[in-house]
Amino acid sequence: MSGLETTFVKAINAALARAMRADERVIVLGEDVAEGGPYTATAGLAEEFGRERVLDTPISEGAVCGVAIGAAQAGLRPVIEIMYIDFLTLALDQLVNQAAKAHFMSGGQLTVPLVLRTQGGSGSRAGAQHSQSLEAWVTHVPGLKVVMPSCAADAAGLLASAIADPNPVVFVEHKALYFRREPVARSPQPVALGAAQIVRRGRDLTIVATSRMVGESLDAAERLAREGIESEVIDPRTLQPLDIDTIGASVRRTGRAVIAHEAVTAGGFGAELCARVQSVAFDCLEAPIERVGAPFTPVPLSPPLEDAHRPGAEQVYTAAVSAIEWDKPELPTPDRIGAR
Amino acid sequence: MCRIRCFEERVAQLARSRRVHGLIHLSIGGEGVAAGVCCQLRDDDAVYSGHRAHGHAIAKGAPLERVMAELMGRADGLCRGLGGSMHLVDVEHGLLGATGVVGGNIPLAIGSALAARLRGSDQVTVVLFGDGAVQAGSFHESVNLAALWQLPVILVCENNGFAEFTPRSAHTPIERVTDVVAAYGFERRTVDGGDPGAVWEAFGEFLAVAREGRGPLLLECLTHRRRGHYEGDPEQYRDPVAEEQWRGSDPIVRLAGRGIAAGWIDQPGVDALGAAARVAVDAALQFARASPFPQPELSAELVYAR
Repeated sequence: MSGLETTFVKAINAALARAMRADERVIVLGEDVAEGGPYTATAGLAEEFGRERVLDTPISEGAVCGVAIGAAQAGLRPVIEIMYIDFLTLALDQLVNQAAKAHFMSGGQLTVPLVLRTQGGSGSRAGAQHSQSLEAWVTHVPGLKVVMPSCAADAAGLLASAIADPNPVVFVEHKALYFRREPVARSPQPVALGAAQIVRRGRDLTIVATSRMVGESLDAAERLAREGIESEVIDPRTLQPLDIDTIGASVRRTGRAVIAHEAVTAGGFGAELCARVQSVAFDCLEAPIERVGAPFTPVPLSPPLEDAHRPGAEQVYTAAVSAIEWDKPELPTPDRIGAR
Repeated sequence: MCRIRCFEERVAQLARSRRVHGLIHLSIGGEGVAAGVCCQLRDDDAVYSGHRAHGHAIAKGAPLERVMAELMGRADGLCRGLGGSMHLVDVEHGLLGATGVVGGNIPLAIGSALAARLRGSDQVTVVLFGDGAVQAGSFHESVNLAALWQLPVILVCENNGFAEFTPRSAHTPIERVTDVVAAYGFERRTVDGGDPGAVWEAFGEFLAVAREGRGPLLLECLTHRRRGHYEGDPEQYRDPVAEEQWRGSDPIVRLAGRGIAAGWIDQPGVDALGAAARVAVDAALQFARASPFPQPELSAELVYAR
């Protein structure tokens, strides 16, 4: 990639600025956005585009989301920032009942070209109300698109596509990725929504990972490679719509799959991925699909407890080994079925 | 008003025979607000409404036959049969949407007004809601934003004294909605919503202000909800209103009386309006009955815009 080094958060910032320069209908709203926000994602936008287009809002997530929906229906392209995904709860009525259904319920008369940017994830010792991974909730709602980038280049390209999309898009960033240095192209190209990326090729096992778990999975893949196991690592990049074709084709080649996300395993998006994968690759599976995620507790504050709660390369490695070493039972007998 | 009344009386009959679908909330008794507000607006002014929206839609210009077809879930309905009574939308005539979530689209109206300001247009946004919505958080967050940004939006509250089955006094100690927003200091007024002339005059003054890009403003219209919360509501929570008392608050009777006294209409003229409305509603029903149900593929087609 010919380009420059940047960080995830700077890539977001630059993508917002490019979109605002290219299209005066693009506006940014959220708490403290004119000040740059707590992670500097919107730094400098108010200075370049003015406070008419970069609107600081009160701490009213529901109304701010609704304002953006109304503005989108009136022809603008608002990008709102919900500072932490934990506060998405406050905007869910607007997102689920208004934004997601307006096009459908109006028989196609209305469109809601809205991007809701937010960030989640644990690891910052912020406790249970500033550390969650709630993306699965929004994948369950017809009418919403859900994007979850894992690197700076994808973040820039996906954000450009999300802003250009005529539908409401929930764009989920991860706070732990914000300040790593990464390469990006000098003029990043849009990345289509609904296109997964194979970030590492391998023949023995497929690891499907989202957001921060993509990097963790690549680390696990390195370790597995040293042991002679070649893993294919796939980042879906968008959860809704989901590129099941790329994921399914990979699992059909490798016969084994590990699905990894940081969210609590129970009811997580991994469950949906698991079901979709088995429906397209059941006849090729050599082992049960393994899932990696957080245990079923809120995120604890205490550092050793948070570290233990947070899935990483170690858990992906262990799951991969289980998938590889899993022995198909001999022809099952009624006794064995009973024992399982 | 005659068209709305006649339309809704017919809808009440159709609801009993399950010919219109879903929860049906009628605005009989509130036509003065629909007419006094919506008839003064342009097609490019945006109106948002709540679950009791038939009158607002019709007064804003939505064709009767397409409203009826929508209530019956037909392909020629305003929303191709996918919205229904609580979710009427007619973009062509500036009805940006009714909602089934009480108070849920008040912030959308603020966003619409924000867009008008950014575009430099003189479009005005109006959002109509009941007094029940005033206890919702979305109302308070929205009013604060509208006041903070001084947006050209007119908030019209139809205060009929009941939030669904419960009198207002059981939900809040503040009787008047104009008092709820008093601290913001923007212009607000309470009028007799059963008096279409009073609504027309007050709203007209507010509209002139909003047309200049100023706002927000709040108009509280005290109305009488003639029917239950929804069609089929047994209404055990309130005493029946005497016919004579109802006639005293009926906006159609009151406006006709005022017109006859002033000489700008006579009784045959009033009767002719009612007869014309019946003809229009008959035709709307005929149109809706002839319209097919939508194809099953339509649902999947309209989940996402392309």
